[in-house]
Amino acid sequence: MTSHTETRHSDPRDTSAVGKNPHPRNFIGTAMRVLTTVTGSEFADKYKIREPLNRIAYQGTKTGFQTLGAANRAFKAAQGGSGQAKRLTTSPKGFFNLNPDDEQQMIAETVREFSTEILRPAAYDADNAAEAPADLVKRSAELGITMINVPEDFDGAATERGVVTNALVAEAMAYGDMGLALPLLAPSGVATTLTNFGTDEQQRTYLPDFAGEDVPQSAVVIAEPKPLFDAFDLGTKATRVPSGYRLNGVKSFVPAAGSSELFIIGAQLDGRPALFIVESDTKGLIVEADPGMGVRAAGMGRLLLQDVAVPASALLGGAEGDAAFAAYRDVVRLSRLGWSALASGTAKAVLDYVIPYVNEREAFGEPISNRQAVAFMVANIATEVDSIRLVTLRGAARAEQGLSFAREAALARKLTIDKGLQIGLDGIQLLGGHGFTKEHPVERWYRDLRGAGIGEGVVVL
Amino acid sequence: MSINLELPKKLNATIDQAHQAAAEIFRPISRKYDLREHDYPVELDTLASLYDGLSEAGQAGAGADGGRSQKKSDKPRAEGAVVNGGNMQSVINTMETSWGDVGLMLTIPYQGLGNAAIAAVATDDQLKSFGKVWAAMAITEPSFGSDSAAVSTTATPDGDDYVLNGEKIFVTAGSRATHIVVWASVDKSLGRAAIKSFVVPREHPGVEVVRLEHKLGIRVSDTAVIRFENCRIPKDNLLGSPEVDTKKGFGGVMQTFDNTRPMVAGMAVGVARAALEELRRILEEAGIEIDYDRPAADQHAAAAEFIRMESDFEAAYLHTMRAAWMADNSEPNSLEASMSKAKAGRTGTDITNKVVELTGTLGYSERLLVEKWARDSKILDIFEGTQQIQNLIIARRVLNKSSAELK
Repeated sequence: MTSHTETRHSDPRDTSAVGKNPHPRNFIGTAMRVLTTVTGSEFADKYKIREPLNRIAYQGTKTGFQTLGAANRAFKAAQGGSGQAKRLTTSPKGFFNLNPDDEQQMIAETVREFSTEILRPAAYDADNAAEAPADLVKRSAELGITMINVPEDFDGAATERGVVTNALVAEAMAYGDMGLALPLLAPSGVATTLTNFGTDEQQRTYLPDFAGEDVPQSAVVIAEPKPLFDAFDLGTKATRVPSGYRLNGVKSFVPAAGSSELFIIGAQLDGRPALFIVESDTKGLIVEADPGMGVRAAGMGRLLLQDVAVPASALLGGAEGDAAFAAYRDVVRLSRLGWSALASGTAKAVLDYVIPYVNEREAFGEPISNRQAVAFMVANIATEVDSIRLVTLRGAARAEQGLSFAREAALARKLTIDKGLQIGLDGIQLLGGHGFTKEHPVERWYRDLRGAGIGEGVVVL
Repeated sequence: MSINLELPKKLNATIDQAHQAAAEIFRPISRKYDLREHDYPVELDTLASLYDGLSEAGQAGAGADGGRSQKKSDKPRAEGAVVNGGNMQSVINTMETSWGDVGLMLTIPYQGLGNAAIAAVATDDQLKSFGKVWAAMAITEPSFGSDSAAVSTTATPDGDDYVLNGEKIFVTAGSRATHIVVWASVDKSLGRAAIKSFVVPREHPGVEVVRLEHKLGIRVSDTAVIRFENCRIPKDNLLGSPEVDTKKGFGGVMQTFDNTRPMVAGMAVGVARAALEELRRILEEAGIEIDYDRPAADQHAAAAEFIRMESDFEAAYLHTMRAAWMADNSEPNSLEASMSKAKAGRTGTDITNKVVELTGTLGYSERLLVEKWARDSKILDIFEGTQQIQNLIIARRVLNKSSAELK
């Protein structure tokens, strides 16, 4: 997988959506239908044949399902000949399992330690200043969270796709602080995008730097500042010129926009979006600060693109049309899972913060957590944190295995929008007036959670 | 091995088998028995025979005995090995059959909730002697519901027997099962620790089915009131240990719930999926497209609602699978079992009722099954612990509180 440069043009068949995957009737089902019709009829009653019929059912299935088992196996072998089954055999499939493997466990624990000990104490000031401290980016490079997405051929550490690992990293980072997590994770998103979709030339040009100590600040940029923004219908346009492409438009939600050296930017080409690699010093590219309600430590900015000329080789993947769109589509979906993973981390931080608070805070002579009105809010937070987390992980694991994951990305995002926000609001509510002040980090987490359901791009898992 | 939330291939046979029964036996008779409350669905005898044939062929869909704790399994496991076993199989089976009809699922012969209780608590000898029974579960009494410790039915030791006296209500399959698992106190002065479960044959002196309830939903499932009057049963019919351990307390009988709550969550997931599938069909016929790539807020309001509901559905499904997976891997799962029940319970009523709203008088009519699923789903947020009881359990666990502190 390390030298994988081709993209899949067609979506894998959606194998998980409710109502899209009808279960076919087999011969046993047909027999069941017939027997049911006869057994339940007055005819069977009248002629007293219900019992004999039931005995037939018993004997029939004893051998019937064994035949079915054998037929399944034979069917599996035949599947190997078709194009689709070939793809399936390459994807690892095992048992349902929620335990991370040893490597994932180690990475997640290391990142969580970093995020609670380094990021969280720095978060308050960074939120105020609307930028991340410069030394943080350097320190995070030591963690190696970017190089795990760079193939070994380019001195990185990746031997296989690590969508689940990236989800665990994003979650652990955001447990410390979502705002600071964004500029630290953004280069990892660029590395992942180049690894999955870049041409050989693009990879050789950019990836070695992402494996080193001095990771270039960079981001995959999708969002635009307009209402009802649809990532699949962009206002930013790419037009063909003799030397390559010219980009025009406004992009938003760019972390560490001011200090970034490289962008991968979504723009509409022939009515469909594609991704373009743009170096920050390209003429016509203007960076504008754009601090918002939350994730302020990310140092969010806008990119104003005015006749930005890039060479033909800047098109991610090198080929126009279906390939370029397929890459864009997967990047958007992977980043939605990324934002959900961030929300899962921040929501867990809220839960872990309110538990000791409501247990210690007293009212009417006892801890407020002795009351159901308070305790049930905590129970709901605990349940819905896991809801976001489980659906996000399923999406990440499906993506990693080459299965369809558009559905899971959409559902994880919906949970992030609905439950993530509610967790932020309830977190403040449980602290009462104190939650509204900056004495506690919960109001900041609420602002960040509001953003997680809006963000696009950046956190490409 | 890495994180993976897809089911292993080996469960495909279970899914397929349960789905065929759900689609070809349950669905065609679903409305028939909703309209004929208290009629026995004779078609299920066919299914019972099928199950017998399957278990003899070693391919049964786990059924109620799948709830047996894996701790008691004799095979030692390799370090780090992951089990996808009986609990997951049971839950999958439950989801599929409940997709067909949850009331019928509850009245499948020999698959009663009492069977799960027997599987969870019985000694190996008892499991042998009660192996082939259809066991209903009798906990609730007229004077209490959620407060299971308030059991007033008594089991008085007398020679080699216990003598049972009391009245039980809401006994699912109580008039059809061959046996009833009854919660009764062996000594009221010792409190909840003295509550034990007893296996009582239904056709037995002193056991009387007083009446059957008329209900909002799951009308095909009989819900009985059963009176025990000087009902004498052998001492061996007490499940688990007869010792009254006041320190250990309620644990013995309560551990049943860790296995049965994910099953009820699975029922809610199954009914919710039936409703969502029907809604997708109806919306697509109406020309409304559901697009996972475009933001929900940019789409038709009904499509946006579908995505919202499917997100809750997916969470409920995964909560349920997690609880069963933990049970399979001998991890304590009381918290996760309650989370699955709470999430699936409220999601089930939300989805089925929203589907009625979105399908209007079409879905409200008896011509479709949509309105029935809405009525059926309400009980799933009530029995085996209401939404509120689940939240109480979750809150106590998360906040580390006793039942005296958080009432």
